[in-house]
Amino acid sequence: MGNNAPLVEVKHLKQYFDVSTGLFSTLPLKAVDDVSFTIQKGETLGLVGESGCGKTTVGRSLLHLYKPTSGEVYFEGKKIGDKASLKEFRKKATMVFQDPYSSLNPRMTVADIIAEPLDVHKMYEDKQARRERILELMEYVGLNSEHASRYAHEFSGGQRQRIGIARSLALKPAFVVCDEPVSALDVSIQAQVINMFDELQDKLGLTYLFIAHDLLVVRHISDRIAVMYLGHMVELADADEIYEHPLHPYTRSLISAVPVPDPKRARANKRIVLEGDIPSPLHAPSGCPFRTRCPYATEACAESMPELKDLGGGHLCACHRVEDIT
Amino acid sequence: MSMLEVRDLHTSFFTDAGEVKAVNGISFDLDEGKVLGIVGESGSGKSVTAYSILQILASSGKIVSGSVKFRGTELVNSGEKVMKTIRGNKISIIFQDPMTSLNPTYTIGHQLMEAILLHTDRNKEQARERALEMLKLVNVNEPEKRLKQYPYEFSGGMRQRVMIAMALACEPDILIADEPTTALDVTIQAQILELMKQLQKELGMAIIMITHDLGVVAQLCDEVIVMYAGSICEQGTADEIFYNPAHEYTKGLLRSIPTEKTSGERLRPISGTPIDLLNMPKGCAFAPRCEAAMKICLRERCQRMQLNDDHAAACWMNVKAEAEKGGGE
Repeated sequence: MGNNAPLVEVKHLKQYFDVSTGLFSTLPLKAVDDVSFTIQKGETLGLVGESGCGKTTVGRSLLHLYKPTSGEVYFEGKKIGDKASLKEFRKKATMVFQDPYSSLNPRMTVADIIAEPLDVHKMYEDKQARRERILELMEYVGLNSEHASRYAHEFSGGQRQRIGIARSLALKPAFVVCDEPVSALDVSIQAQVINMFDELQDKLGLTYLFIAHDLLVVRHISDRIAVMYLGHMVELADADEIYEHPLHPYTRSLISAVPVPDPKRARANKRIVLEGDIPSPLHAPSGCPFRTRCPYATEACAESMPELKDLGGGHLCACHRVEDIT
Repeated sequence: MSMLEVRDLHTSFFTDAGEVKAVNGISFDLDEGKVLGIVGESGSGKSVTAYSILQILASSGKIVSGSVKFRGTELVNSGEKVMKTIRGNKISIIFQDPMTSLNPTYTIGHQLMEAILLHTDRNKEQARERALEMLKLVNVNEPEKRLKQYPYEFSGGMRQRVMIAMALACEPDILIADEPTTALDVTIQAQILELMKQLQKELGMAIIMITHDLGVVAQLCDEVIVMYAGSICEQGTADEIFYNPAHEYTKGLLRSIPTEKTSGERLRPISGTPIDLLNMPKGCAFAPRCEAAMKICLRERCQRMQLNDDHAAACWMNVKAEAEKGGGE
């Protein structure tokens, strides 16, 4: 990736929420705890993890939909924070949501949904130009111009997701956070939408943060993949590298748990089945967050949080025992 | 004779917009101790098939015609009295969402014992023993303590274990699992699939696994039925379906799944949108989305054709191939 400055740089991002645990007591829920990463221009970074690991929160605090508890986000080299930088940032960084049913306003026509960002940012004074832009966006995502005056409920899940994607592209963003954009779709439709993300990236030079729990989908679409567990990033590497040589014990079990659509391999596959459940993020274990389920955990793992270290070739891993177990 | 025989089953929902033919003439057998996977996308009729077997359809749904025989006894139109001896006792079901399937106001122990007391002649003490035994069987830690807890105190994976314990408490001959791991995380899904595999071996019951995930099918199933728009496209052993698919829809589904070979390439999805069950085409239901569709596909539905002992499909492509082979000889 050379020495080019990254498009997005996240440094020590923390996002805590206060959760009330009684009448007068609150506990901080550390949804994201000290996460740092960069995304190069034109790259797709996949972010995987199980429910509650903080992957969606990373996407949202990165976009400042929540005010981060601490940490910095740089976009095109500029720090995001004050009002002016935020307004500019929101034109260039947008989001596609998971649920194509609840993320579209049922009272608005497709044209108005897609044009809402344009109207908010007062991009088009001229009605004709606005209309043309809407039709252009609809064409990008494979919708007909005759769909423009219809309402969201008239569309299937896949088509609704296309509407959501058209809306996210309205302001000509450079960066799109895709939060589980294909999870709610059937396999045959999912493949159509995945291809569309690929095609739009080629055509418009987009950079994606692709958040998903389906590891087959993430591997397909991503250049690099980051794995999260209980608010921490535990591993980050090139997509093929992380699948072929996963280093962190959590990543290994995660990859071996993916049901491969291949009966012969399924029969041969020795799965690493983890014991127990993910601990509550309110009562996260001391030291390494994974140690309570890790087959290799020692006493040292309870004492300190392992650092995310580069183990060569841009393969980052946060594990005290990584040298002993590989 | 197979343990379960389904013949030409038609189930419809009668809505304000018209009759929705959710299951449109399907037939299959299930033998003792086999794991049968039913795969399909939303609206394919896979869940309705299961609900029809147990007759637990929503009030607008009705079995229009066809037969479901369990050990030779006809279940369709047999009446509630017969069905009550079947449900939970001979054929059990677990659902996708373990939270809404459990009653939040009763303890886990109460709900487990309810099923046992209803279907067996055990007394309360024996039922409690059995409930404990079942929780141990599905690997729930500290079963004594867990028995007194409420569903909200259980995680998603633990709740699904409880549902499995409940379904297996009366040692059914068939367990129907309706998307049992769809709501769970991958590592928890792996736990539950391992558990089902192990229990199936130990207890020897048959399983009907309903899922949209071909990966899950590959892990667990001996035989597979692929459904589209209420009909069976293809049916065969798992190896035949995955390595030798003979219906254009199955081929399309398998091509749509990203694998390590597709990284950096485009996927080859099935084009078009899902079928509208209120407006079914005249011919093959899949024809409007099929790359290989011929004139006859749009005109007429293809009948099921046996390809070999382990494999049958309903696709005109096979008929054509057969005719060409015959002509060449």
